[in-house]
Amino acid sequence: MRPFERGTHPATGEDQRRAAASKRLDGATLPSWELEEWRYSPVADINFDQYEPVAEVAPLTDDERNAIKSDYPTPNLAVTRNGRVVHVEGAIEVLADVDEVVAANGDLFADINQVFAAETIVVRAKPGAMVMDDIVVVHLIDADGAAVFTRLHIEAGESSALKVLEVFTSEDVDALVVPHIEVSCADSANVGYVGQQHLGPRVWQIGSQVSEVGQQGTFRSSLGAFGGQYARLRSDCRLIGRGAHGDLDAIYFGDRDQVLDFRTFQDHDAPDTTSNLLFKGVVDDASRAIYTGLIRVAEEAPGTRAFQTNRNIKLGKNSWAESVPNLEIETDDVRCSHASTVGPIDEEQRFYLETRGVPPEVADQLIVAGFFDEVIEDLPIKSVADSVRSAVQAKLAQVPSRSAQVV
Amino acid sequence: MSELIIDDVSARIGDNQILRGVNMTVKSGEVHAIMGPNGAGKSTLAGVMTGRPDVTVTGGSITLDGQELLTMSPFERAQAGLFLIMQYPTEVPGVRVPDMMRAAFDASGRDASEVDARIASEAERLEIPHALLSRPVNVDLSGGEKKRNETLQLGVLAPKFAVLDELDSGLDVDAMRLASSRVEQETNANGLGVIAITHYNRLLDELNADVVHVLVNGRIVDYGPAELANEIESRGYDRWMAMGATEIGVGLGGSLGKLMAPAGAGAPATDDPFADPLA
Repeated sequence: MRPFERGTHPATGEDQRRAAASKRLDGATLPSWELEEWRYSPVADINFDQYEPVAEVAPLTDDERNAIKSDYPTPNLAVTRNGRVVHVEGAIEVLADVDEVVAANGDLFADINQVFAAETIVVRAKPGAMVMDDIVVVHLIDADGAAVFTRLHIEAGESSALKVLEVFTSEDVDALVVPHIEVSCADSANVGYVGQQHLGPRVWQIGSQVSEVGQQGTFRSSLGAFGGQYARLRSDCRLIGRGAHGDLDAIYFGDRDQVLDFRTFQDHDAPDTTSNLLFKGVVDDASRAIYTGLIRVAEEAPGTRAFQTNRNIKLGKNSWAESVPNLEIETDDVRCSHASTVGPIDEEQRFYLETRGVPPEVADQLIVAGFFDEVIEDLPIKSVADSVRSAVQAKLAQVPSRSAQVV
Repeated sequence: MSELIIDDVSARIGDNQILRGVNMTVKSGEVHAIMGPNGAGKSTLAGVMTGRPDVTVTGGSITLDGQELLTMSPFERAQAGLFLIMQYPTEVPGVRVPDMMRAAFDASGRDASEVDARIASEAERLEIPHALLSRPVNVDLSGGEKKRNETLQLGVLAPKFAVLDELDSGLDVDAMRLASSRVEQETNANGLGVIAITHYNRLLDELNADVVHVLVNGRIVDYGPAELANEIESRGYDRWMAMGATEIGVGLGGSLGKLMAPAGAGAPATDDPFADPLA
């Protein structure tokens, strides 16, 4: 399968990983919702002919840079426009290709990204290094018909620590965004990742994040998904060293007829590894959310502790949330749990607030904002909390008129 | 001077008729206790007043200064000046008291910038540690902390009338004193009218209850001065148990006026001609 003309692709480099991904694509077919992996997804509706990689992009203006710097003050900033890097400052590199540090997940769109991404944004922490200033990567999409392949490579050496914020924003354009994030967290390293998606209402996003965590290492990821028409993100968290820990958090808020789709894998491949997943979402109007999660505990991973929780509030009469948690355990001596809920706003909570004099539509807003709070309080990058709360508030600001119908 | 009039209120939960014509009048500054055996309808009465969704009113009216409450939604009743301290205060994850109070002030056109100062002053009076206020409402709080938290909200909102549904349950002696003396101050200083549902007279002592109503089988079958609570605590409800089940022609809805009226205005329950001879 060759969704884009190679000729239109701006990258020139060809390396082994690219070649391998390319080879896998040759044997691949378009995804279909009939496959377990794509169940409930509208992915088959995708029309690749509509999109094309953008060869030339306008440079970042001073105004744009200043606006970004005021939102996210940091000396380490990279900015892309329509998939091409237009600005780098501080401790960030941009490379055509990066050696394989983290194995591919075999996801179709991860392979498409590998083949078609023009460049990779590389963030590295040397062994023992504590990167004090957050790394911020902002993706701007403003071209209709753009096929955007962003690639972020995070490599934390032994006993190092760093935090990365990645933000996706767009104008109201019709675009396809295929992001890939790979994270290598060496022994005793500590990586925090925050990904915030604020794409326009006509943008399709199909992305993946792959992380590998070494002995005693910690990877903490927190996602926020607010925009997009169809926005999917697959996360593979592999705990490959003894005592490795992975935290996967997400909040998502769908309205209109948005579809927000998450696939997660918590792979425990070494003893005494721990993982904790908390995905919380709200679906309003006729939006849909899909959460499918799998905890896999390998035979060589005794002492595993793995938790997976997915909670959904259904606000809209025609909204819908699907939650499919799964366990696959090949060893004894593990403690795993999964829980998922889909339901309307708790009536008792609403009544309680009403007895204080809070009108029901305001009560609903407080309850929904509060519902997300435990994830926001726990963001790996605390300074982002206000902007995440604002994103929730912006969505909620549209709720009152609707919630009156629900009450 | 405000007046809360409960007039012949009946209500059911599901198919169970719980209240069968309750009458009561509470004026500003008065403290009325409602006592009764389990299942008599005490919490249902609190639910009727505040508009709990699972309670269906089947008759009667409740007015606050002439305004009918039963047709109002719960938040409108709160805005009209009615406050409820729940028996089991609901946990609301992620929502904090200051935000909730600000939303309540905003919604009723009050100046929300006062909220923080009011909370601080109430917290001091109730000896609530500041850290507790930055936690989500009632989440992971002990029973006593929850009730003090509810009392704090009462102080901040300064309602005209408060329904205390077992304010004393789950409280240790010190917390009970703090909470009840705060309510009592409100009755004296700001004319708060109180309906206190309880099983114990110790709360009524603290609150200086003016009148005790006995609720049995969905009806108020007797009322009397605060000392009545002593009798109930030592002897239980046996002498009233049969009464709720039969029709009592006399509207016993006790207001203070009636209580203080000359003897004969309200027949003492012991002389009830309809008393069950087998009781």
